[in-house]
Amino acid sequence: MRHLLRTPAGLAGTTLVALMVILAIAGPPIWGAEAERIDPAVILQGASAAHPLGTDNLGRDILARVLVAGRLSLFLALLATLIGAIGGTVLGALPAVLPRRPARLVTGTVNALVAFPGLLLAMFTAVIAGLGARGAVLGIGVAIAPGFARLTQTLAASVAGADYVSAARMLGVPRRRIMTRHVLPNIAEPLILNLTQALGGALLGLAGMSFLGLGVQPPSFDWGRLLFDGFGRIYSTPAVALGPAVAVALAGIGFNLLGDVLARAASRTAVPAGKAAPQAASMPGELDAPDPEAVLEVRDLTVTFPGGVTPVRGLSLTVAPGEIVGLVGESGSGKSLTASAIGGLVPYPGEVSAARLRLCGTDLGELPEQERRKLLGTSLAMVFQDPMASLNPALRVGGQLAEVATVHQGASRAEARTRAVDRLGHVRIPEPERRARQHPHELSGGMRQRAVIAMGLMGTPRLIIADEPTTALDVTVQRQILRLLREVTGESGAATLFISHDIAVVGELCHRVVVMYAGRVVEELPVEKLASGAAHPYTRALVASLPDMDTDRSLPLASIPGHQPSPAELGPGCAFAARCELATGRCAERPPLIPYGKAHQVACWEAS
Amino acid sequence: MIIKNLTVRFGAFTAVDDVTLEIPAGAIVGLVGESGSGKSTLARAVTGLVPYTGEITGGDPRRIQMVFQDPYASLDPRMTVGASVAEGLRVPRAARQAEVERLLSLVSLPASMAGRYPRELSGGQRQRVAVARALGARPELLVADEITSALDVSVQGSVLNLVRSLREELGLSMLFISHNLAVVRYVSDVVAVMHRGRLVEMGATEEVVGSPRDGYTRSLLEAVPRLKRA
Repeated sequence: MRHLLRTPAGLAGTTLVALMVILAIAGPPIWGAEAERIDPAVILQGASAAHPLGTDNLGRDILARVLVAGRLSLFLALLATLIGAIGGTVLGALPAVLPRRPARLVTGTVNALVAFPGLLLAMFTAVIAGLGARGAVLGIGVAIAPGFARLTQTLAASVAGADYVSAARMLGVPRRRIMTRHVLPNIAEPLILNLTQALGGALLGLAGMSFLGLGVQPPSFDWGRLLFDGFGRIYSTPAVALGPAVAVALAGIGFNLLGDVLARAASRTAVPAGKAAPQAASMPGELDAPDPEAVLEVRDLTVTFPGGVTPVRGLSLTVAPGEIVGLVGESGSGKSLTASAIGGLVPYPGEVSAARLRLCGTDLGELPEQERRKLLGTSLAMVFQDPMASLNPALRVGGQLAEVATVHQGASRAEARTRAVDRLGHVRIPEPERRARQHPHELSGGMRQRAVIAMGLMGTPRLIIADEPTTALDVTVQRQILRLLREVTGESGAATLFISHDIAVVGELCHRVVVMYAGRVVEELPVEKLASGAAHPYTRALVASLPDMDTDRSLPLASIPGHQPSPAELGPGCAFAARCELATGRCAERPPLIPYGKAHQVACWEAS
Repeated sequence: MIIKNLTVRFGAFTAVDDVTLEIPAGAIVGLVGESGSGKSTLARAVTGLVPYTGEITGGDPRRIQMVFQDPYASLDPRMTVGASVAEGLRVPRAARQAEVERLLSLVSLPASMAGRYPRELSGGQRQRVAVARALGARPELLVADEITSALDVSVQGSVLNLVRSLREELGLSMLFISHNLAVVRYVSDVVAVMHRGRLVEMGATEEVVGSPRDGYTRSLLEAVPRLKRA
């Protein structure tokens, strides 16, 4: 409710609609007598102090009549909208319930009606149904219905494909019941929102009908009728016609604004209402001297979103040349956001802070914007899960690769083109000449991922960040891509940060493994120790719960009870304590990441 | 239940090509293959969601239920867990609540879960609810289509254990579909391998995994990533 009043449009819409409702309720009892009082002494007068909007041909006060007419105008509009909405929704829902042939007929009819001009449809119906309020309401209702029918159809089609509808069908739930239980409740929200806007339209439509003489007939009167009566005098006494016109316009604007704001508020996904947990600003402490050898050095990286949601908390990481480091964690652990933060790709309104963020010996935080982009553009290659996210579907593959060289390295077009074909061949894409001339959709998934890697190799990358690059691929293709990554890292001496949820893949590819849980690094260990030398209970449980080709099939598989806390739920202690078998009272305090043997660090009080 | 010469065509494209597959009573048949191999289409054909040619014998085709890959999309967000589970029940209204509680306990969920909405549940819990809903229809065959691929590894284990316990306790027959060979190996008695719409190999799990005869099965096995266990 509060967001309705936050924007000027929302405030105006709500106020206008509220005024209209008050007017409809209070208007007739207050001004009813005044509106009907005939006074032969003051017929056809213009605006005056006694009659601010003048009087009509029987000497009745027009301001009073405008105020009284609100009730009938709004009531008729509401009626017309309901007729249109109910008729339209039923019409739109029918095809999903009827057998094939009648369903097609209904769909065809709706399509034809949508193409038919609304006002024409309304007038046509009104003339057939007879002059007067009833005809006008029916006419406007009929004019509104096709739009609703189309909207219902479209929305229902999107829900009808949902798995839960398939499940209901398999359970033998009848089609009519699927419609009323599953489909309609899930599309009700947009339909109701559309109702508010349709109400504004109906109000204007009805006023139009009355103005054309097709609507309300004397002695009844609505705004349209008053406009019709006053229109002949618009040049001599303009206030007579302007009064009802302003009323119609304000009501129409009010309902449309309100509908707009409601629709926008509904489409916006709810922002998680996280309490700003008072996190002690990560103590940078003694910052050690920068490692001159490291390609990437990150200290105390934190990503924060408004509302105190902190998906990445004080992460530190170092990657040396030629080294492949695996960053492993489950969904929501903050691993992908870590990659985005290093590449400067955290979406607004996220905020990144770090005590140190060095790439190739240069502190990214101290570089001016333009130079930072140049450095990232030439020395960082990023590979994402979906190669189509990195490739423009409208451009040829070769051209996209060549662009990297022309933009960042100032190569000529011919040089860039030759290099692009060379790089495509380098990642073992067969017939690179021909492939370079093709569009991304003509390549298979594995081939596209190779092309993205080739794009990263157009420069001389020092760091390759691969974020779940094989998750969408088949295992046989995954294997080829992993091999390619290993070769590329080996021959170029670049460092690779490989992000994955799949601990087996990480175990196969990487030299060193960094395990993340709820935004923090809980363990960092050499890959040889991953299978049986892990020290953190989470890492151990993760390894144990992974079935592989040697898992004993007679024993139940290990799993971790509970779920990973979301960034908004995190307390001050160890985030894993609630799911941990070894947890003690001490875990209410967060354990620091401390050295545990050679090249091994762990954040657990119980690791010893 | 025997699936005989089942073929599914979408226009000129043959998604499932003449597949014959026997699912012995009380056994779990694992169906493995890569994307586009036709394994999910086969599942949708068996459950009657897509039209097919061929026949399914040895069981009532109406008593086949399916559990879907994405537990976030397979439950109606506007219905409570209890209402979802009750949907396929054929019991008198009075006995409904008790039956819902029985089904929830079958999948190791507390009875109090019935009043909750799907959004309040974790992925693993939702998948259990989807299984309970399918069990409510007393199926002769349960088709599980990639039911753990949307789950995190740490909860995958509990769902796989559930699948195995259902077979042991209820004697349920199951067609378990996954692209993950290690997962299929863990739960299945029989493994069938699909490639480009065809069934290329089928046999007892240990045989197919231990000594594969088909070249494609071998390449699939070699590609499975393995942790270097010390």
